Amino acid sequence: MSESRRIRLKVNCEWRESRAAPRKLLVDFLREDLGLTGTHVGCEHGICGACTILVNGEAARSCLMLAVQADGAELTTVEGLAAHGKLHPLQEAFREHHGLQCGFCTPGMLLTAYDLLCVNPAPDEEEIRAALSAVLCRCTGYLGIIEAVKTAARRLREAISK
Amino acid sequence: MKPPAFEYHDPVELEPALELLRRYQGEAKILAGGQSLLALLNFRLTRPVALIDVNRIRRLSYIKEQDGRLCLGAVTRQRAVEFSPLVREKLPLLAEATRLVGHLPTRTRGTIGGSLAHADPAAEYPAVFSALDGELVARGPNGERVLGAREFFQGLMTTALAPDEVLVEVRLPLMTAQCGWAFEEFSRRQGDFAIVGVAAQVCVVGERCKTARLAAAGVGPTPLRLERAEQTLEQDGLSERSIAEAAARAAEQTEPPSDLHATAQYRRHLTRVLTQRAISRALARARGERR
Ligand code: FES
Ligand code: FES
Repeated sequence: MSESRRIRLKVNCEWRESRAAPRKLLVDFLREDLGLTGTHVGCEHGICGACTILVNGEAARSCLMLAVQADGAELTTVEGLAAHGKLHPLQEAFREHHGLQCGFCTPGMLLTAYDLLCVNPAPDEEEIRAALSAVLCRCTGYLGIIEAVKTAARRLREAISK
Repeated sequence: MKPPAFEYHDPVELEPALELLRRYQGEAKILAGGQSLLALLNFRLTRPVALIDVNRIRRLSYIKEQDGRLCLGAVTRQRAVEFSPLVREKLPLLAEATRLVGHLPTRTRGTIGGSLAHADPAAEYPAVFSALDGELVARGPNGERVLGAREFFQGLMTTALAPDEVLVEVRLPLMTAQCGWAFEEFSRRQGDFAIVGVAAQVCVVGERCKTARLAAAGVGPTPLRLERAEQTLEQDGLSERSIAEAAARAAEQTEPPSDLHATAQYRRHLTRVLTQRAISRALARARGERR
């Protein structure tokens, strides 16, 4: 039963299929088998948040999931945030507010923030800080990131109310 | 690192999972939300022959009200507990504690049963189950047995579950009228395990304390029911003085460990401070002051 299994899943709105041994982590499956290297792998034990993706629309650590567990699931990775060649408002705001330097934490930051804005479209600063505490950034400092999330939240709300 | 190789099964029903557990004779581990187990596997701190993944067993995931109790399937996601209107309304202590379990992205996968069965001494859920005398339902080859929180938590990360048993349901009594609740904890970073945490649910009649339910996490190998503090409140009432007295007795009752996170003395101090805060906040809520 430790032989490889067929895995079929939807990533960024596209069906993909490959095989993997049960011990293969989802993050490694995305990077190595599907070529989606946007999702980063830092600590491999659920602490740094760099590997955060959306699983069926909800943020989750892809280093704490086996690839076989994602069979049949719908995933969104950082590659799926921009649409029609246009950055997602979160990405746009990260750029404006210098929400990244090396970019290592950024995919996890973006998807964690995305999930926050889904469950709470109008977070206050304390709520943003609490949510982003799920991801570690070792270079930018968090202020630019917090400002970026505030800006994106405002723009997304305006876009909806229009 | 990466996990070592293991045999993997993901049955969609409970019976085959039980059969597999029996077949592996203690060499298999149940994989629930995986937020602790996968980290342990990645570190290679555990090397089970097989993983029995229960995530595809749909009927182990539910939240329902039954006979004055809240019943949750063991594989119910912490995220589902957090956003459940039923939990927020009928058992707000559980909702509040849930928001302190890891971070939202770990609660997406983490399950209530997984956290209880893992029995980390600093975890929030075991303290809530200890305070409220929760029940844990185990299913094994000879059927089901219901365990009280007191018998369930036996030692450091050790529960009363037999190697061929699976936790299938957990139950807590619903909160009644004129009760308030609070979960207070101190951790170095948001989302970390608490150094010390205190769960409180206090019910009042007029100026009297009808029942006080208190338990602490992080002060010993298992959650600690703070009985002496409960007695103080139930006998002496809810004045500032008796709250302070209860908090002092809570601290006295602990025999905490010293480790690199905190000394025993500091943990005892935290127990006093957090118990006092938890009681005060629970009391304010019981009196209808929204906080
Ligand atoms: S790589 Fe997954 S949390 Fe760090
Ligand atoms: S931008 Fe470098 S780690 Fe966050």
